Amino acid sequence: MQISSTAHRPPSAFLKAIGAIVWKDLAAELRSRELLSAMLVFALLVILIFNFAIELQPGLRSTVTPGVLWVTFAFAGTLGLNRSMAVEKDRGCLDGLLLAPVDRSAIYFGKALSNLAFMLIVEITVLPIYSVLYNINLFNVGLLLVILLGSVGYTAVGTLLSSMAVQTRTRDVLLPILLFPVILPVLLAAVKASSGFLGQLPMSEIWPWLNILMAYDVIFTAVAFMVYDYVLEE
Amino acid sequence: MQPQPKVLTVLIILSIVLFFGALGMVFLYAPLEAVMNYVQKIFYFHISNAWVGMLGFIVAAVTGTVYLVTKDLKWDIVELAAVEISLVFFFIAIVSGSIWAKPSWGTWWTWDARLTTAAILEMIYLACLLLRQGIEDPERRARFSAVYTLVGALSVPITFLSIRIWQTIHPAVIGAGSSGALGSFGMTPPMLNTMFFCLITFSVIFVTLLWYRIRLGQLAEQIAQLKIETLQ
Amino acid sequence: MKRFGPKIVLRGLDFEVHPGEFVALLGPNGAGKTTFLRILASLSSSTLGDVCVAGYRLPAQAVAVRARLGVVTHLPLLYGDLTAEENLRFYGRMYDVPNLGSRMDEVLEMVGLAPRRRDLVRTFSRGMQQRLAIGRAILHDPEVMLFDEPYTGLDQEACDMLDRLLRDVAGRGRTVVMTSHDLARVEELATRFDVLSRGAIVASTRREDLGKSNLLDFYRKALAG
Repeated sequence: MQISSTAHRPPSAFLKAIGAIVWKDLAAELRSRELLSAMLVFALLVILIFNFAIELQPGLRSTVTPGVLWVTFAFAGTLGLNRSMAVEKDRGCLDGLLLAPVDRSAIYFGKALSNLAFMLIVEITVLPIYSVLYNINLFNVGLLLVILLGSVGYTAVGTLLSSMAVQTRTRDVLLPILLFPVILPVLLAAVKASSGFLGQLPMSEIWPWLNILMAYDVIFTAVAFMVYDYVLEE
Repeated sequence: MQPQPKVLTVLIILSIVLFFGALGMVFLYAPLEAVMNYVQKIFYFHISNAWVGMLGFIVAAVTGTVYLVTKDLKWDIVELAAVEISLVFFFIAIVSGSIWAKPSWGTWWTWDARLTTAAILEMIYLACLLLRQGIEDPERRARFSAVYTLVGALSVPITFLSIRIWQTIHPAVIGAGSSGALGSFGMTPPMLNTMFFCLITFSVIFVTLLWYRIRLGQLAEQIAQLKIETLQ
Repeated sequence: MKRFGPKIVLRGLDFEVHPGEFVALLGPNGAGKTTFLRILASLSSSTLGDVCVAGYRLPAQAVAVRARLGVVTHLPLLYGDLTAEENLRFYGRMYDVPNLGSRMDEVLEMVGLAPRRRDLVRTFSRGMQQRLAIGRAILHDPEVMLFDEPYTGLDQEACDMLDRLLRDVAGRGRTVVMTSHDLARVEELATRFDVLSRGAIVASTRREDLGKSNLLDFYRKALAG
């Protein structure tokens, strides 16, 4: 049983590794459901708190909804990011990943994709619940697009930063502190674009925000993937 | 530890001299502005500090990246120095901006693009310092700090742009808006001269402080080294 | 040479292993054994000096090295929420192992865990986890194997099983480097003994040359001298 003796691996091995990591994360999570339930419960609690903190009266709701949603996603997102990396670090499994004969960026893409998947699952679950609680129709294709774009940017940077944070002493506390200042363009653009779609504003007003989201996604995914090696070295 | 090089001594004397010169220019030479009188004078310091803050920001981002490429820890010391000094200068800029804003616009704070971005930048600096604090290994600390500075540096312009766009669609409720800041009152030649002088003064102060902070960093590293060597 | 900031952990190591050798790396705690093994495993990089494993240089050709390397540490590197089977499948994919299905069956048989293949690793005893960890490590049929204190925390029965496995593993012509505190066990298995103290190798001997004196004496002498 011989493995190819060349020094380089075929590109399919790279994709296979990414797929393996995503599959592994999803399979493990499906079984324990720890991460998803924590994120979901947290998200719902945050929305509940918002109900009392900001008077979500009918008139105000449509203006405030995008903000409430995105703040909720941002906070619940950090839970997911933290847990996802902590699982690897704590049982030493990160070494297991590092020992695999693939480029380190495969680990980045694998983790980023599974983080994205978890975040999207939580968001898709929260939307109908929010709709029901506040009697506001959130089934809007534009909104879903914004959620996708925003989540991509969030997890692209979040995966990079959580890989760093998990290696420090102050771990859980540090991630939001590192993440939020850098994520602001995503939050701002996502909120504006969301309210644009919900308020049915003309596309010309929404485009700048979508552009910012897309630009951010591209730039930061590229930067994160280039720089990821430095974060995992020893 | 080498004794203070001559150039540094010259610099610090120069800094002190220039600073008093600047004070003199601001209070004695520059004319009183028609509307704002003395309050306007804080502006010279506000702009100079903001300028120096920007300088420090660029230095931090660049040296961080250089460290990642060269793996030479000397660059990390410079990066840390730049972050710390830039943090302070921006803070002074924000506060002086606030003090200027109150009489002019009737409010301590306005959510305009420049001010908000400056505040976010401060948060990024603080986050960077907190990140560094949580890591023991100097090499890892330098790497992570460099990565975060890079990410932060890239996000700041985008943040600024986003807030700017947000503002044009929803103009600032309070005050005349950020673009009014510099251009709202014409600067006569004496004022311009004072402005440039202050910019130069603060740049010199920046270099001096940076140098001192770098020396401090080198000293700290030497002490750490000695500690380990004696314990071994 | 390896340093963490101002602290030098390994100094001037000249270490060479020939194919098929089973080297036991001994030494007190803090000698740098784990650091050294991590460098060989490409998990860490040396501050100065060249490292070459299985004919490929580190860190430049790290990917090639990893494809030929199997590593077992005292942590099992397994995912508790997945079954034994799923763990192997995951690593099999990561290593791009051909004929994964049948290879997995083979390995599970070898480590004696075939009946428990569908059980969650969380439910395994430490001994069983370690066995599965070895399975994970040999899945891709590596030329070189590194073991870092594999006997830690195992009961007698698990230790014996590990012995058998190690003999089996080493018997197939693989090159092995193992660190351990358990001199008695290592004495039976290894063909060469090196002693690492305070970051440098202070003694090295082949099994044949040990002769009458036993390993413990050799070890003590090496540390004293």
